[in-house]
Amino acid sequence: MDFNDTKEEAEFRVEARSFLEKHLKPKDANSPRRPTGEDFLKRAKEWQKTKAEGGFAQITWPKEWGGRGGTAMQQVIWNQEEGKFDAPTGPFTIGLGMCVPTVIAFGSDEHKKRYVEKALRGEEIWCQLFSEPAAGSDVAGVKTRAIKDGDEWVINGQKVWTTGAHFSDYGIVLTRTDPKAPKHKGLTMFIVDMHQKGVEAKPIHQASGGREFNEVYFTDVRIPDSDRLGEVGDGWKVALVTLMNERLAVGGSPGPDWKEIMEYARDTGSLTDQAFREKLADWYVAAQGYSLTKFRTQTALSRGDTPGPENSIGKIITANQLQDICNSAIEMQDHYGIMNDTDTMPANALFQQSFMWAPGLRIAGGTDEILKNIIAERVLGLPQDVRVDKKVPFDELKQG
Amino acid sequence: MNFDFSEDQKFLAGEARKFLNAQCTTAHVREVLNDESKSHHDGVWNKVVEMGWIGTAIPEEYGGLGLGMLELCVIAEEMGRALAPVPFASTTYFFAEALKAAGSEEQKKEVLEKVVSGEVVGCYAASEGPGNPEPSKLKTTFDGSKLTGTKIPVTDGDIATHAVVLAKEGSGASLVLVDLTGAGVSRKKVSTLEPTRSHAEITFDGAPAQRLGKAGEGEDYHNRVLDRAAVLLAFEQLGGADRCLEMATEFAKDRYAFGRPIGGNQAIKHKLADMYVKNQVARSNCYYGAWALSTDASELPEAAASSRLAASEAYWFASKENIQTHGGMGFTWEVDCHLFYRRAKLLAVQAGSPKVWKEKLVSALERKNAA
Repeated sequence: MDFNDTKEEAEFRVEARSFLEKHLKPKDANSPRRPTGEDFLKRAKEWQKTKAEGGFAQITWPKEWGGRGGTAMQQVIWNQEEGKFDAPTGPFTIGLGMCVPTVIAFGSDEHKKRYVEKALRGEEIWCQLFSEPAAGSDVAGVKTRAIKDGDEWVINGQKVWTTGAHFSDYGIVLTRTDPKAPKHKGLTMFIVDMHQKGVEAKPIHQASGGREFNEVYFTDVRIPDSDRLGEVGDGWKVALVTLMNERLAVGGSPGPDWKEIMEYARDTGSLTDQAFREKLADWYVAAQGYSLTKFRTQTALSRGDTPGPENSIGKIITANQLQDICNSAIEMQDHYGIMNDTDTMPANALFQQSFMWAPGLRIAGGTDEILKNIIAERVLGLPQDVRVDKKVPFDELKQG
Repeated sequence: MNFDFSEDQKFLAGEARKFLNAQCTTAHVREVLNDESKSHHDGVWNKVVEMGWIGTAIPEEYGGLGLGMLELCVIAEEMGRALAPVPFASTTYFFAEALKAAGSEEQKKEVLEKVVSGEVVGCYAASEGPGNPEPSKLKTTFDGSKLTGTKIPVTDGDIATHAVVLAKEGSGASLVLVDLTGAGVSRKKVSTLEPTRSHAEITFDGAPAQRLGKAGEGEDYHNRVLDRAAVLLAFEQLGGADRCLEMATEFAKDRYAFGRPIGGNQAIKHKLADMYVKNQVARSNCYYGAWALSTDASELPEAAASSRLAASEAYWFASKENIQTHGGMGFTWEVDCHLFYRRAKLLAVQAGSPKVWKEKLVSALERKNAA
């Protein structure tokens, strides 16, 4: 038992780090946690291009698609090292992590030639158009309708919570093509050009006050049949391949952790409070539990094995802990803690800001409840929930 | 990255499980539970001694197998899973580790070989009453050759032949080794929530004893013994917690109510998923504890604390919710759920309760951040 790289891993780490040092500055206390805006997008595209040219974009992808043909462990090492630098990576996470792999799995040779390299080089950004106002956890319940018209399909409907739709060039959209078929059977997936007529992205005003996600409206949007991914009616099968990658893409929380609240408590004199100390111990144990679980997963990858299901505990732990830590930090400040001015509040009001983000993290990429269902069903082998909609034609299902 | 046990260690764990599945069932555990005169299971204990497991982490020069702490960790997990009703933890994690940590060459030579052969059964006596024993406030005293005072409760204190005792000496504390079969020692069994690991009150009345290590350094030795035992106990807890999750899952799949398995209801599914999350948090923390223990890393204090805390929480949750999942059957004497519930509580308080370890952990983090 040790935490050392193998010889090959160590060599790759050195190579990765020297590449990063050449191009980026190490992260420091002033590095923004949730950067946004035009400048950031420009910087992100440039960095993606640099990575692609250096052979560090999508390390596990085969070389024919511009990847490195490397191992999952090399990708983990790259992520660890890149995470130490002020690297603008966010805008590509979903496209390269979820959408483009779906195109590679189900697209034609023309699709792959047209889209994969441009995405990898950061020239085009992709978004994932699955969730709808009435299809969140039950994402197979999408209503966005696609109707065949000659060699084209006509799309009408609304998507929601689409990360990055306003700066995306392409998306993959899950539609209903047969409302007479049961829920999972009548779906079809398409590639959609986000700049075309009839596609409109509107930012959602989130409970946190920010506007990072979008609603996307489709009004008589025409898509050639050649931009279909998978067979007509096989959309759910395609979507599962996309979703399989989701929890790898939606990682840890960027909010304050036990260390930051410990420092904060020391500064404000609360570190001597016994009740606080006990909570701090709980947060440390859970956070260590998750970090060390990732080491177990990496060990399996390093040995060339398939990791076990243990990594599925991650988001349940991190999102809940973030909410709990922020709540305690605010209560620690008593009445004063309700203020959120970034200039005057301690830690730049980080705890207050993350307090308002945390509810979203418990929902995005699978709610706590769905994640627990997944553990119960797929890891423990317990029976599925009752599915009253399983064999019923979609258009006869109760709505509300 | 190599944060897992080796193939050899996993093989050892598998062999231990096979052996215990055959030789140490809950029927064996119940023989001790149901018979007040029994303090442990003699048959199981003799076989455990024969297997040589006590000597897993004892160097060959003292008669042990000289394998290592990682090997002892995987055995501990299996002993916990099997609820082994034997003085293995007292003898191996506490008594032998105390000798290894504080004993002189002579003491180790004289005693450890007899520990491995089963001739010496050890226990560790620190508690004197309610609350975590503070070395500065101990009432049991050692004058350099004789021990006086009362320790209660002492796990396996009624079957042990020898004890390592935390006692006051001068203005400090010392660890002392005492022969419980000798003069000046009286002991009586005490009733506890967990009869399958027996407990005693031991009174020393000028009992001949010898110091382990230097006078007045008992507190450091004590903390070192506890840090090391904490990791091993955590593996026992982990084994028990995983067994509870398996029992609850099996039951939830087989038990029908309202026309379907109860495990199809989210109230049960989410409960068991929570159990899984806690058990994984415990497992990962335990592995880190095992690493720190086997390498004698400077991180051992926080690694021991976090593995013990994670495992105590996991076992507590799994053992109580295993009963709950079993419903009324879970509350009967005949169904095994309560055996784990009892053991979970003993292991959570035996070497300091979670409250004590939370304080140890935060103190360690403070020292680290100040450095």
